[in-house]
Amino acid sequence: MAFLKLTNIQKSFGPVQVVHNFDMGISKGEFVSFLGPSGCGKTTVLRMIAGFETPSGGSIVIDGKDQGTLKPNQRNIGMVFQAYALFPNMNVHDNVAFGLKVAGASKADIDTRVKQMLGLIKLGHLADRFPYQLSGGQQQRVALARALAVKPQVLLLDEPLSALDAKIRISLREEIRQIQQQLGITTVFVTHDQEEALSISDRIVVMNAGRADQIGTPFEIYNTPATRFVASFVGTLNIIEAKVIDPAAGSVTIGGQPVSLKEPIASLKGGDSISLALRPEAGSIADGSRGDTALPGEVVSTSFLGSVIRTKLRVGSDVISFDMFNNPGTVPPVAGENVTLRFAAKDLLVIRE
Amino acid sequence: MKAQRLGAWIAIAIGASYFIIPLLGTLEFSLRMRRGAYSFDAYQSVFSDIQFRETFGYSMLMAVLTIIFGMLLVVPTAYWVRLRLPQVRPVVEFVTLLPLVIPAIVIVFGYLRLYNSSSILPLTGSTSGTNTLLMFSYMTLSLPYMYRAVDTAMRAIDVRTLTEAAESLGAKWPTILFRCIFPNVMSGVLSGAFITFAIVMGEFTMAALLNRPAFGPYLQLVGANKAYEPSALAVIAFAITWLSMGLIQLVSRFQKSVSPKA
Ligand SMILES: Nc1ncnc2c1ncn2[C@@H]1O[C@H](COP(=O)(O)OP(=O)(O)OP(=O)(O)O)[C@@H](O)[C@H]1O
Ligand SMILES: [Mg+2]
Repeated sequence: MAFLKLTNIQKSFGPVQVVHNFDMGISKGEFVSFLGPSGCGKTTVLRMIAGFETPSGGSIVIDGKDQGTLKPNQRNIGMVFQAYALFPNMNVHDNVAFGLKVAGASKADIDTRVKQMLGLIKLGHLADRFPYQLSGGQQQRVALARALAVKPQVLLLDEPLSALDAKIRISLREEIRQIQQQLGITTVFVTHDQEEALSISDRIVVMNAGRADQIGTPFEIYNTPATRFVASFVGTLNIIEAKVIDPAAGSVTIGGQPVSLKEPIASLKGGDSISLALRPEAGSIADGSRGDTALPGEVVSTSFLGSVIRTKLRVGSDVISFDMFNNPGTVPPVAGENVTLRFAAKDLLVIRE
Repeated sequence: MKAQRLGAWIAIAIGASYFIIPLLGTLEFSLRMRRGAYSFDAYQSVFSDIQFRETFGYSMLMAVLTIIFGMLLVVPTAYWVRLRLPQVRPVVEFVTLLPLVIPAIVIVFGYLRLYNSSSILPLTGSTSGTNTLLMFSYMTLSLPYMYRAVDTAMRAIDVRTLTEAAESLGAKWPTILFRCIFPNVMSGVLSGAFITFAIVMGEFTMAALLNRPAFGPYLQLVGANKAYEPSALAVIAFAITWLSMGLIQLVSRFQKSVSPKA
């Protein structure tokens, strides 16, 4: 039984429908990320959960209670914004205490709770500071404490890290995840950064043009993308155009070379084109390397990415990238060199359009 | 380069003397009531005049009331326009500018026609009614300054997100307005308040035509009947205005140091 249940949500602004048939259940204590490019409707769905936008259709139920008629201040939801949105006229203590004061808690209760929250975000020593005296990362942690202080049923975060620099972004996302697990709070996290979503989520919703293209664990999303969009948005993926030879046997040609997919291809016939996806890390040109499939190709370029070296290879009319680990003994291939790319046929994913 | 600098300084000096010499002249004259020596006799005479105290007190009270009610009108309006009705912004800005375009005398005659003792709302029929009407006319006069000052202060904070943050924490709109928005636009409210104060203290047309014992008409009366006192009063009026201006500067500087990146 889902704790937060979104059923067939629709949202239109005037004539433009920006969210279509959004359907998902989120369990208690789960950390779910909405991942997608700018303008795909992530914020809009989040704002409907919070009550700032009214869905044009569908229902939102939290812990068995329909939220349809509730105003934002009647819902029990914590929200963290990209721009922090701390009250500039209040110090850290008063910001965190705000929701408790509004709820009419006693002064003693407020002080205990605020202390506890500031301990959680490790900013107890800055209780008297004003927002302008804090760094961006500190401000966002205070915003998190403020949202959590009122013990919300659901925590919503809308790109909370995108205004921060890279180092803080990584440490803070881990801190958010750790606090989330410690409190066991049901959380929806909006981001357009796939690495962020993959690293901290229990499940990810990949959104495209107002629809949920795929909902799954980071592992599923990365390894078995359901659509071409998911495949290209999450991770770096080679999309290879192939021609079907015999659908029943799963045989195709890539750049004129026969390749067997080891499984039948549904609903296509001989001569159709088909898109296949291959992760850069699935291929190798090392001698005697793994893989039951070999494709000869010509090196186009190599680029050094730190821990890996990425090589682009021309195979027929496709360009395929593959990665190799950067060991001290590694000799990168040079442009123009003819090599053989090896990989396991099972790593080729059939992309449905 | 050097010559240009010199030219600029000369221009500033000419401009400044245009303002300062008459002021110094007035000050000097106001000190000459006693024959042959400088003295504060004129000021003493002004301050000991019961009418001065009464009209000054009356105008002070009107100014304070105008500021309070003006704030209660302008802050929620500016907030609402920013939050919910951004499309009517140009209309509201135009309306708030009208008092600058329409002469006070036209406005006050309009009031007298609308609210005379034989109208539906006979405000001029009683003293308290007339006082109320005068306060509302002062509010109208200060609207252009008040609205702009508050709206500018609101631009500096993200009104929408702050409102949503407060809402998600359970706050209702009076709490949001008075605890989260008002304190953050205080600099705008205060600078609007000081301008309003200066306007109300010197206003003549409305108070005279509504026949209320305000400071403006008193200044006029004294100016027409006495010799040295008007100069003393002019200096006092200047001091009030300048004090207000100084306070605006002080407040805006203070606010900047409190929220440099709000
Ligand atoms: N109040 C509104 N009125 C009209 N259109 C809107 C409104 N809010 C959002 N939209 C539109 O809805 C679509 C989805 O917007 P949304 O803010 O949900 O995107 P997003 O996925 O959060 O993007 P980003 O990553 O840029 O924040 C966009 O095309 C946007 O223009
Ligand atoms: Mg967004």
